[in-house]
Amino acid sequence: MGWAGQLGLTHLFRAGGPGVILFEVFLGGLLLGGTYGLIALGLNLQYGVARILNLSYGEFFLGGAFAAFFTIMLWKLNPLLSLVISLPISFAINWLIYQYLMLPLIRRAPDQDALDADVVLVTFGLLFVFQGLALVNWSGDLRGYSFLSSPVHLIGATVALNRLLAFLGACALAFALFLVLRYSRFGGALRAITIDPVAASLVGVDVRKFSALAFAAGGALAAASGMLVSTFISFSASSGVEYTLKALIVVIMAGVGRVTGTLAAGLVLGVVESVGGYLLDPALTIAINFALFMLVLLVRPTGLFTRA
Amino acid sequence: MGAVVLALLPPFASGYVISLFIVLYANIALATAWAFFSGTTRYISLATAAFFGVGIYALAILHVYVSVPLALLGAAVVGFLVALVVGLSTLRLRGVYFVVFTFGLTELVHQVLNWWEIKINRTVTRYIFTDVSNVSIYETLLAVALITIVGSWYVSHVRLGFALRAIGEDEMVARHTGIDTTRVKVLCFAISASVMALVGAVLALRYPYIDASIAFNNTWSFQVLIAALLGGPARPWGPALGAVPLVLLSEYLAGTFPHHFGIALGLCFVVIVYFLPGGIAPLVERYYHAWVVARAYGRWPPAAASPVTGRFKAGLARLNARWWT
Repeated sequence: MGWAGQLGLTHLFRAGGPGVILFEVFLGGLLLGGTYGLIALGLNLQYGVARILNLSYGEFFLGGAFAAFFTIMLWKLNPLLSLVISLPISFAINWLIYQYLMLPLIRRAPDQDALDADVVLVTFGLLFVFQGLALVNWSGDLRGYSFLSSPVHLIGATVALNRLLAFLGACALAFALFLVLRYSRFGGALRAITIDPVAASLVGVDVRKFSALAFAAGGALAAASGMLVSTFISFSASSGVEYTLKALIVVIMAGVGRVTGTLAAGLVLGVVESVGGYLLDPALTIAINFALFMLVLLVRPTGLFTRA
Repeated sequence: MGAVVLALLPPFASGYVISLFIVLYANIALATAWAFFSGTTRYISLATAAFFGVGIYALAILHVYVSVPLALLGAAVVGFLVALVVGLSTLRLRGVYFVVFTFGLTELVHQVLNWWEIKINRTVTRYIFTDVSNVSIYETLLAVALITIVGSWYVSHVRLGFALRAIGEDEMVARHTGIDTTRVKVLCFAISASVMALVGAVLALRYPYIDASIAFNNTWSFQVLIAALLGGPARPWGPALGAVPLVLLSEYLAGTFPHHFGIALGLCFVVIVYFLPGGIAPLVERYYHAWVVARAYGRWPPAAASPVTGRFKAGLARLNARWWT
């Protein structure tokens, strides 16, 4: 019996022991957190760069999920192919929303507070319209499909392949976004707008054009995350709000405009929710989510991953 | 006088009309209570359903032990206390954060209560045994709606009302002019919440049983918000004006096309923001003033170039230039 035995670790980490279960829960939380980060990436692009809080965001997430669902169920194709349709459509709709619904409000608003109030109302309206259209056309039934659901063994724990795929997709997208923001001219312009739109326009950045593009790209990201997440969750036409709220919590935790911190904030939320749910009660996950959100708002309202 | 007519209506009306009016009064009271706090301070709250649900649960628990009027009073007190706690911890949040927080609050209370019922009480529903007739509920809600409107009108004419409007204009300035903004905000938030809880409790008398998803239905939050904004949140009588068309629309659509109500509600949001920034109430007020003046001059409708319409148009332009007068 070595040091591990004296600490009781051999008992803790025997097959099926409490330590192993906790590790599996932790790993599950990490994977879940990856998807939270993924869902929130697009929203942070929309709210951080374009300064438009899009409460109908979850509907574009659902759009991606439904596109994947119909691709596999109706046309018997690989759901990944649905991205070919859902990405451009979501991009175009979001661009149109920015150009024709948001710009008049931006021009009219005397300050950011007034703009926020208008935007919240309009995007809530859009949420209802999209959700109503989805309910009318696709009914409110719970949908889901099976894709890559085989188990994978990962450092002693077992996870589903589709969850792993979504996690890797989240990491890849976040990394790609990081590279674009960091090293391209386009990304530089976006970062400049995030920091100060007025100063950015003074140095020759076309703020309206780039904001519209960032807003549209955020919408496309929503559709992509919807596709990836739909491989392992069931969803219905009315569940979009749930994802908007989750994404918003992650964005506020990460800090508005901190695109690279989004994934990290998602991971924190996923792990806390998973481990907290396991230790307390699985029925309390929303309460735990919300308590964490409250705590961040009260202690660090600018977000966890911002420089002071 | 209108109120007397409405109070004497029940013996002459069918059960359906009574039910419709009950829903209407409930919406009027909720929208007026919402606007009392959110319309003046511009803290947009989506927690209506949370306080409404708290009232329902308070009644369901209390009516077993005490008489119905006492249980209703208890529900209002519980709503007040809950809002006091929530307000003290969250009213420092502004703008979007407050909206999101209040929206999530409903979900939080819903989840925690559901968990409590299943874990501790081993049940998901509570039964309500009362013999209160629909007519008494009608009269009670009419009284609540009227008192809310009159109370809101009264407050808008005293110091507290000025303080609320000052906070809505600019909170920093309000604080510097010596207004204890925290106290005003928390107090009015709690008063508004106690009315919401009371309305929930009165409506609960009609239900044979309740569960958490009946009590904490987010639709209430949105419908009340839209009614208030459509009517005009800056006038005490504005929200009532918005509640009437909305309730009739929902009544019409709910039976025939249930999903289309959501779409109509969504379009209402968009139309209000783009075309009716101040709601219907300021328009009605302008028309009324224009009519009074024109009648004094013996001309209605006023001619196109008259000073009256000129002033009317100038007023409209001023309204459109400012969001939420």
